[in-house]
Amino acid sequence: MSALDGNHDAGLHSHGDTHGHGSRKSYLIGFALSVVLTAVPFWLVMTGVLADVQTTVLLVIALAFVQIVVHTVFFLHVTTKAEGGWTLMALIFTAVLIVIVISGSLWIMYHLNSNMMPMTAGAMPPSP
Amino acid sequence: MSTHALNAGEADATFYLAEEEDHDHAGGDGGTMLGFWIYLMSDALIFATLFATYGVLSTSYAGGPAPRQIFELPLVAVNTAMLLLSSITFGMGMIEMEAGRTRAVQAWLAITALFGIAFVGIELHEFAGLIAEGATPQRSAFLSGFFTLVGTHGLHVTVGLVWIAVMLVQVGQRGLVPENKRRLMCLGMFWHLLDVVWIGVFTFVYLLGVLR
Repeated sequence: MSALDGNHDAGLHSHGDTHGHGSRKSYLIGFALSVVLTAVPFWLVMTGVLADVQTTVLLVIALAFVQIVVHTVFFLHVTTKAEGGWTLMALIFTAVLIVIVISGSLWIMYHLNSNMMPMTAGAMPPSP
Repeated sequence: MSTHALNAGEADATFYLAEEEDHDHAGGDGGTMLGFWIYLMSDALIFATLFATYGVLSTSYAGGPAPRQIFELPLVAVNTAMLLLSSITFGMGMIEMEAGRTRAVQAWLAITALFGIAFVGIELHEFAGLIAEGATPQRSAFLSGFFTLVGTHGLHVTVGLVWIAVMLVQVGQRGLVPENKRRLMCLGMFWHLLDVVWIGVFTFVYLLGVLR
């Protein structure tokens, strides 16, 4: 019994040490990556080095997504192991909802005007 | 956990008890960390709806100012640096917490709070400047969406600052007991998530707003 309990404790300790927090090194790597991923988009927009605005927009959006992943891994410590994988599952579910809410709203609202029935002059409210 | 003369029912009961012990032993963070994470995910959904609202309204200027005319990117860059620095200083605090050094944890928490205060201060300065120029939330749908989204984030940071102050008092009174460690880990997740939301704000509101 006591031998079994000993094993049990050892298992729990190793469990407690591996989840939920990172090492100093992982925080510093995350910080260094974040600084670069923040500085580059600001530099791109503030100096306007790229003549093509469309390319700048796409680059800035791509860098933001990379930085969100960096923060999630290095600062929030979401891994497949943490909390038996449930934090990752909740995060994926939330990410799907966020994509639906944002892209759905933009899709509907940007097409709303063109899909409305045309208003005749008689149906318009009198101008003040 | 003797192996003889156990029927299936007793074996089940033993297994269940062992699992309970597991939960108690993990620094009291049994379901709390996952539960707090699910709260954070619901908070992320609040921000998602505000981002969606801002996205829909972001070109409805009503003859008022456009982003290019009112956003000052150098100020936003400083603000972003404040929040990013506060994230790494909180991380350093968490490492000291693991090492059990109470004074160092308090010092890093205080530094984190200073960066947070600087962030909120700069944001309030920006808001005051906008309102003085006449770019108030009532001016256009774009500005209503802007103030709601950025203001909600600022409010979250302010709540985080109050929480840091509370933790400074609690750690000062009781040290790094398991309850305080658990609270600090929740606060850390909250603080880092606000930094993640800010990535969305500076990218989609400020940088892409100025490019439009």
